[in-house]
Amino acid sequence: MIATYLIKGASIEGGGAADLLLRDGRIVEVGGRVDAGGAEVVDAAGLIALPGFVDLHTHLREPGREDAETVETGSRAAALGGFTAVHAMANTEPVADTAGVVEQVWRLGREAGLCDVQPVGAVTVGLLGTQLAELGAMASSAARVRVFSDDGRCVADPALMRRALEYVKAFDGVIAQHAEEPRLTEGAQMNEGVSSARLGLAGWPAAAEEAIIARDVLLTGHVGSRLHVCHVSTAGSVELLRWAKSKGWRVTAEVTPHHLLLTDDLVAGYDPVYKVNPPLRTAEDVAALRAGLADGTIDCVATDHAPHAIEDKESEWAAARPGMLGLETALSVVVESTVATGLLDWAGVARRMSRSPAVIGGLSEHGGRLVAGEPANLVLVDPAARTTVDPAQSASRSRNNPYAGIELPARVVATFLRGRATVLDGKAQA
Amino acid sequence: MNRHLLSAGDLDLAAATLILDTAEQLDHTLAGREVKKLPTLRGRTVVNLFFEDSTRTRTSFELAAKRLSADVINFSAKGSSVSKGESLKDTALTLEAMGADAVVCRHAMAGAPHRLAGWIRGSVVNAGDGTHEHPTQALLDAFTMRRRLGRLAGLRVVIVGDVLHSRVARSNVLLLHTFGAEVTLVAPPTLLPVGVADWPVAVSYDLDAVLAKADAVMMLRVQRERMNQSFFPTQREYSRRYGLDRERMAQLGDDAIVMHPGPMNRGMEIAAEVADSVRSTIVEQVSNGVSVRMAVLYLLLGGGDVG
Repeated sequence: MIATYLIKGASIEGGGAADLLLRDGRIVEVGGRVDAGGAEVVDAAGLIALPGFVDLHTHLREPGREDAETVETGSRAAALGGFTAVHAMANTEPVADTAGVVEQVWRLGREAGLCDVQPVGAVTVGLLGTQLAELGAMASSAARVRVFSDDGRCVADPALMRRALEYVKAFDGVIAQHAEEPRLTEGAQMNEGVSSARLGLAGWPAAAEEAIIARDVLLTGHVGSRLHVCHVSTAGSVELLRWAKSKGWRVTAEVTPHHLLLTDDLVAGYDPVYKVNPPLRTAEDVAALRAGLADGTIDCVATDHAPHAIEDKESEWAAARPGMLGLETALSVVVESTVATGLLDWAGVARRMSRSPAVIGGLSEHGGRLVAGEPANLVLVDPAARTTVDPAQSASRSRNNPYAGIELPARVVATFLRGRATVLDGKAQA
Repeated sequence: MNRHLLSAGDLDLAAATLILDTAEQLDHTLAGREVKKLPTLRGRTVVNLFFEDSTRTRTSFELAAKRLSADVINFSAKGSSVSKGESLKDTALTLEAMGADAVVCRHAMAGAPHRLAGWIRGSVVNAGDGTHEHPTQALLDAFTMRRRLGRLAGLRVVIVGDVLHSRVARSNVLLLHTFGAEVTLVAPPTLLPVGVADWPVAVSYDLDAVLAKADAVMMLRVQRERMNQSFFPTQREYSRRYGLDRERMAQLGDDAIVMHPGPMNRGMEIAAEVADSVRSTIVEQVSNGVSVRMAVLYLLLGGGDVG
């Protein structure tokens, strides 16, 4: 039996305050003064109500690396971050390249029940980049896969990429590309530039990302399909995407919170907590990414939440695995980099963290407006709170948090998934 | 002096000068002695932690530590638990538990000594980390230049070769800049890092254009594995354009010296008659290396009187 919640006095997407009544999984009433006997009242004075966040890019590590994260622990971290849906990336062990594996992940998400776990299917068998996986079988499975990605690796073969883009048109799928020309990034350790030259770490040039994006938007326009570009990290990529969108091609893109805030000078101490792929870039890139997110060239924020076991980070830089946690800090980092800087308002945050990613991922139950009749997937945010990030407090199994000790604005107070509180008073419910 | 020596950039002018002066003093003190040994680091333990084979650097550090009467342990990655997959951190904790006062670390990965320094209480000396730095090499090079040419400030130093992958070049650029020398890097554009424009150096692609004004020419080793990666078309073309042969040596000023950190590819980056000429400081660099490393260990471990 799901409780009925009456949320009192929340600012709807940063606008006027209203009461929201949640019952039977839906928002049943929104108004100036709603009364409901027996409802559990949530005092939301000073809080902002936003549609529940949707992450297009999450690594939950299960099956295979349950020591780093499980669907359940990752789902809890997601709920605490205000997410009601996450897309679980396919680079698990075994790879999510069959209907069997995607259904397993989908079922684990349902059992955890803390947010909707929507599996992403691999584009190629074993992420090897040589043979298409059974995309249709994954699309038709109980998991209803619509987003396909070899993330972690680029679909580098141009002919195979073209075929994948064409093939998914049959079920309105989208190819989410990890744009990294592999020959240009062999052994690459960090952004190629002033810092890599000084630190003697092999460079990952911006051109290696931009070359693939340029190629793929052309292919997408040519075959009339849908392309989503994962974790855009360079100023040049933003320009290419702006151009592709001006052509009317169906191209969307995401940026991670860390690429909106952190820069490659953090690598100076060789602490692999800052190792990530694509790598942290320069301040100029950060500025261009923020501007691109603000003007809609980049459609959404996606975390690329990438948990790693301690031993995979407590090592030499080159031996460490790339990736950082992101689910629990995403909102705060987005607020710090875009709201606090005047680039986005709260409605803009709702669009980029909920509405747009829900549309791209084909999740009709998420990203809706906060009006009567919509599914009750929403989050309450305290915009005035400031929190110093403590990795030990994370619900994730891993601790590779690059924001340790940094004070960030805004806090998720409550998250509702189909009318059920997954987070209340900033604490995960079960 | 700092607790560690990880980068030549850690040294300001005073600290760098102190190391060279201390090396001179140690050298002077030992000169003519029958027993080439000082008691200053008696009872202290220096660990040579070498994850990469480098007989010459390891031997140089070993000799330096022994001449100061330290106990020396050679911990090589091969034949130790490291080759069985032990992590750098566990190796560090093991050395820490054994009471190492200084760890001299050579590693194929850039930044490994920085990581080590975070896990142990003893001093860490970077003896070469990947394509990052090799600060004691830069110190011994500076020591050699100062001895031969009498000064470092205003000296015109040309560094030639694979700057992109050279830890020797990185450390030399930082240290020579601190000493006020003017550095020119010469290399094919493929072997210069993209960020080189930010370095306090001049860059040239033409060796012949810069030789006449040089006080010192430092030739870098070209690693065999670069030869099949299209950084340059052939070994012969590299040698023709960037090798130091007899004709090029003739363009040098009367007092100019020729340096090489070793090991050399004779006939590739340097001709045999150049390496063996009176301008060559290559053998001196090796013996100076011991003195400079003695000075570094002495200063890091706070030894007593030199004399």
